[in-house]
Amino acid sequence: MGLNGRASPIQYNSTRFKDLFLTHGLSLIYILYYKPQTPSLFGEIMKAPPVKKKEYSLRVEDREPGDVILFVSGRIALDDLNDFTSDARSILQNKPLKKLMVDIAGVNYLDSAGTLALFQLEEEQTARSASVTFHGVTDEAKGILNLLDKKAHHIPPLVPERKPPNILEQMGEATRLLLNDFFEVLSFVGELILALISSLRRPRSMRWNDVLYYMKRAGVDGLPIVGLISILMGLIMAFMSSLQLKQFGANIYVASLVAIAMVKELGPIMTAILVAGRSGSAFAAEIGTMIVNDEVNALKAMGFEPIQFLAVPKLLATIIVVPLLTLYADLFAILGGLVVGVVGLDLTAYSYIQETREGIAVFDIVASLVKSGVFAGLIAGIGCQRGFQVHEGAESVGTFTTSAVVSAIFLIIIADSAFAIILNYVR
Amino acid sequence: MNKEPIIEVENLTTRYGDTTILENVSFRVSRGEIFMLLGASGCGKSTLLKHLNGLLRPSSGRIIVNGTDITAADEDTMREVQKTIGVLFQADALFSSMTIFENIALPLYEYTDLTPGMIDRIVKMKLALVNLPGYENHMPSELSGGMRKRAALARAMALDPLLLFFDEPWAGLDPVTAAELDILIRSINTAMGTTMVIVTQELASIFGLAQRVIMLDKSVRGIIAQGDPTELKEHSQDLKVINYFNRKATGGD
Repeated sequence: MGLNGRASPIQYNSTRFKDLFLTHGLSLIYILYYKPQTPSLFGEIMKAPPVKKKEYSLRVEDREPGDVILFVSGRIALDDLNDFTSDARSILQNKPLKKLMVDIAGVNYLDSAGTLALFQLEEEQTARSASVTFHGVTDEAKGILNLLDKKAHHIPPLVPERKPPNILEQMGEATRLLLNDFFEVLSFVGELILALISSLRRPRSMRWNDVLYYMKRAGVDGLPIVGLISILMGLIMAFMSSLQLKQFGANIYVASLVAIAMVKELGPIMTAILVAGRSGSAFAAEIGTMIVNDEVNALKAMGFEPIQFLAVPKLLATIIVVPLLTLYADLFAILGGLVVGVVGLDLTAYSYIQETREGIAVFDIVASLVKSGVFAGLIAGIGCQRGFQVHEGAESVGTFTTSAVVSAIFLIIIADSAFAIILNYVR
Repeated sequence: MNKEPIIEVENLTTRYGDTTILENVSFRVSRGEIFMLLGASGCGKSTLLKHLNGLLRPSSGRIIVNGTDITAADEDTMREVQKTIGVLFQADALFSSMTIFENIALPLYEYTDLTPGMIDRIVKMKLALVNLPGYENHMPSELSGGMRKRAALARAMALDPLLLFFDEPWAGLDPVTAAELDILIRSINTAMGTTMVIVTQELASIFGLAQRVIMLDKSVRGIIAQGDPTELKEHSQDLKVINYFNRKATGGD
């Protein structure tokens, strides 16, 4: 111990190190060296890779100067490709060669990689101006030698290898994609509005079962997560603000702080972000997968309008449930704040609720619901639009699903900024 | 043909929940054989194929592939077995984000220590073998259905497997492309001795290629016939077998 009974920093650190060593270090040593039933981990890591036994053999016989026979026997397969190639190269490299006979009568297993090894041997020795011939070719070996094309690697690719674009090309491509995307979104929004109007004018044409299904998926199924996050946000906001407000005896204002923050801003935004993550991505993935499986083409072929059939029910369902989810989120956050107020700040539940009621106006709640409706339209709209942009393959579905979430969150923030300014003047 | 078995299935039973798909199925596939699994839709052919290549584990019974009991194999043993197996899926299953070269080279990079130059040569040789020379830089989406099937076959053969499994390889192919695939399968089998296990409904290919078949049926949840397809067609007394090989309607079952 140091002065005044406090632990000195040095002593504290050394004690901590000692503790750490005693608890973790000894355990590690035990695991590495002394654990009797299992092999030592250290030993496993440091163990050299097993030396593979070669299953082929090579033997050279000189008939005359420059005239050589290479006897190959055993198994030549994919596993032996590297070794066989280098062994054959080294065994022949110091020999002056004019004529090389490769006797493969002793080969008892030859696969396509083994055949490639023989072709490579032939090519390398031919490059040294030796004439290479194969002897002792069994019927089985003849079959595989005839099947494979020894010149295959000389065939040029039909299209050149794709090279990563340089920075200027990337910038140009990004700009082009951004402009394309902008016009595609505009065009989709136009089509979606027309389809929505058409459906609302002829309500019987609307697929109400789908609307109910997506209301359940986007709304009811989201209740647990939205409730949990909201109550935790209420708790955190109330607790953090109470630490400051307590110093001024202003505990009661925790209630209005939580209510105003949640109803005006955080409730709509947080709910929208959660819905974008849960449902916006699901909409994009669902429609995208339908495109990959030709289901959207099937709809078109049957005379259905895919946007009206697939996007409108999702849009309508989301616009209905997101404002309700926002109200639910607000209530749970206020409940979280109430718990902190009653348990930690000695407020009564009645006074907390009274302060909450005074803190928010009806206008704030209505504005919050309108905002949520707009956010819902953006989430469902961009989710469906990204889904329709999928062209093919799993990768494309993944790309556009991600894009649906990112774009939705970006648009939500932009729209929220616009609302902040507009509502300031409207009020 | 070598009569030594490469696959032995003993009393295989498989269930999905309360539904029994296959019950006490036993058969053997000889090394180097072209073996086909036949039967009406829903009889469990594809399920059986997935058991043979280790994608599914049976509820009971044993499957021995190249001397290893894959029903009791741990992960490492299973990986070793799967290196000796190539699978051609019905929907080709090429990775859409990779070029044809990358698709075929993937198992070579993962399972061997070959140099990039050697892998390049192997990939090009496999592409030439399936009659797609020069297509290494294409994306799967740039190829037709038949070409994708052939590219997928090249990928399945990347590691020179002892066993090749095909799930409906002729589905969606035009007759000429299907005939070309027949020739390719036969030439690979003859030249390399690769054992082929094929799930199919394509009668022309069954009679043209198969050395032995088993026919599964939903009603018995197992095998109702096995042997040489031509002999089965000519001598079988089972009405279902006769109708199948003669492409006759049964009037529903």
